Amino acid sequence: MTSRLQRRLGRSIALHLFLTPLALVWLFPLWMMVVFSTMPDNGIFSPGIELLPHDNFLDNVANLQRDTNFIGAIGISVSVAVTYTILSVLLTSMAGWALARYEFHGKGAVVAIIFGTITLPYAVVLIPQFIMVARDFQLANTWIALIVPPLFNSLGVLFMRQAFSMMPAELFDAARVEGVKEWRIFLFVALPLARPMLAALAIILFLASWNNYLWPLLINSQPGAMTAPVALGTLIGLTKVSWGGIMAGAVMLTVPMLIVFVLLQRHFIAGIAAGAVK
Amino acid sequence: MRTQNATAYRFLTPYLLIFAIFWIWPIISSFLISFQATRTVPWRFAPAFNWGRLIGDPAFYNALKNTLLILVIQVPVMISLAIVMAVLLNSPLLKARGLYRFAFFAPVVVGEVAYSAVFRLMFSLDFGIVNKLLESVGLAKIDWFSNVTPAMALIMIAVTWRWAGYNAIIILAGLQSIPEDVYEAATLDRVSKLKQFFHITLPLLKPVIVFCAVLSIIGTMQLFTEPFLITERGGPGGGTETLGLLLYRQGFRSLNFGYASAVAYTMAGLAIAITLVQLWLTREPK
Repeated sequence: MTSRLQRRLGRSIALHLFLTPLALVWLFPLWMMVVFSTMPDNGIFSPGIELLPHDNFLDNVANLQRDTNFIGAIGISVSVAVTYTILSVLLTSMAGWALARYEFHGKGAVVAIIFGTITLPYAVVLIPQFIMVARDFQLANTWIALIVPPLFNSLGVLFMRQAFSMMPAELFDAARVEGVKEWRIFLFVALPLARPMLAALAIILFLASWNNYLWPLLINSQPGAMTAPVALGTLIGLTKVSWGGIMAGAVMLTVPMLIVFVLLQRHFIAGIAAGAVK
Repeated sequence: MRTQNATAYRFLTPYLLIFAIFWIWPIISSFLISFQATRTVPWRFAPAFNWGRLIGDPAFYNALKNTLLILVIQVPVMISLAIVMAVLLNSPLLKARGLYRFAFFAPVVVGEVAYSAVFRLMFSLDFGIVNKLLESVGLAKIDWFSNVTPAMALIMIAVTWRWAGYNAIIILAGLQSIPEDVYEAATLDRVSKLKQFFHITLPLLKPVIVFCAVLSIIGTMQLFTEPFLITERGGPGGGTETLGLLLYRQGFRSLNFGYASAVAYTMAGLAIAITLVQLWLTREPK
């Protein structure tokens, strides 16, 4: 019996001895982001090894604001991500509800088209989307351009279809017998029951919009219309630029999301893992 | 369920409109544009114009070669690492599980621009922390940005850091759906943990691993931000140029929509081929 316990202990020590350095290596870039964001530029570009934070963060924020209107860009990013998340959750859960709970002509075709095109690379639609939004609709550098085209994302449809189809039919039939209208059943019976799934979906969509880079880079390239990642990206590679400022911007983009991640980890992980469940 | 066309389409139509305009139509449109000469107004139908150019374009082959090279090395390394992370995070012997989970999963929320900036700074030649650490243990510093091999390695390191935890989350969910009693029986029969891993865990995880591999391949195939920002527009000298960058350059710098669409459809072709392989690998045994 002792030998089994000893073996267990040995295995446990080996596990931690392997996993701890790996975890530290994984945390290192995030830690350095924070450290850099608190260092003056001449500290970042000096020969010594600095691994602990300094106290220059606010100066770096000021430097960043001098290089580009980052606070304004953050404002755009927040508004866009919030609006996008609300609209996308609403549209995709309505569609998911229809696919889960009604029989109708063309249902098989709709499901087949969504599934059949889901693995096509986003790069394929980039050019027509750009031509349409920028040239045909003349909507470049507007809020609509940032919010509406990415609403095509079908993740929510599949996710909510799954969620609604797992609910027992009696729940809704009882309301129908009493003459409650279908849209009221959706709004006041089905949606409240799906709250955990809605939370997971909303977090994933918010994060996707917050971090979205390529589409906003293409469509909103004017300084006053840029999102925060795009504004930050324009500074990378410039010669006369404050790197402490860029790192302060990276921290402002990342740390709020890390806090949300820690607080809502369960929903986060559910949302990502659900990507794999079809 | 009885047929309820009107009700169903009232719920479905708002999404379907967006889906049709910004996804289905662009898929078709992009295909059509790839057969048109778009440098002149009006565009004209010229089937061989872009595709003919593509077949003879050294820049295309360079981007394709780099993209495939990254795929072939980075995806297997990352998936293996993700499996190791998931299995170890799932171990009942692990203490302070939350801290380890945070370490591996945190990169999932970090945006491409933020982490590209950090990696660029960490790996810079003279003042980058990575080279300083290499020198402090007596190794030679590496010029990550001026030579092709280290630059490619840097891109792969960055992408692996960003996405390994994401895949580990999916694999961990797969692990937790394997019933306990499978392992209990094996332990009673004195099958070693290592053998259990290779003969029970891996085969049961196969569909999840294949799914992760396909997601990663399709993601990496479109790689854009990392070579755009970290190695600065695919440098050194096109050494980290990818299909994603070529598409950006042709479509949005040269405004050559026809040629860029042909590049995009090359990616689509690769994605379709990979999806078919996935379906074949995870088919139900007859």
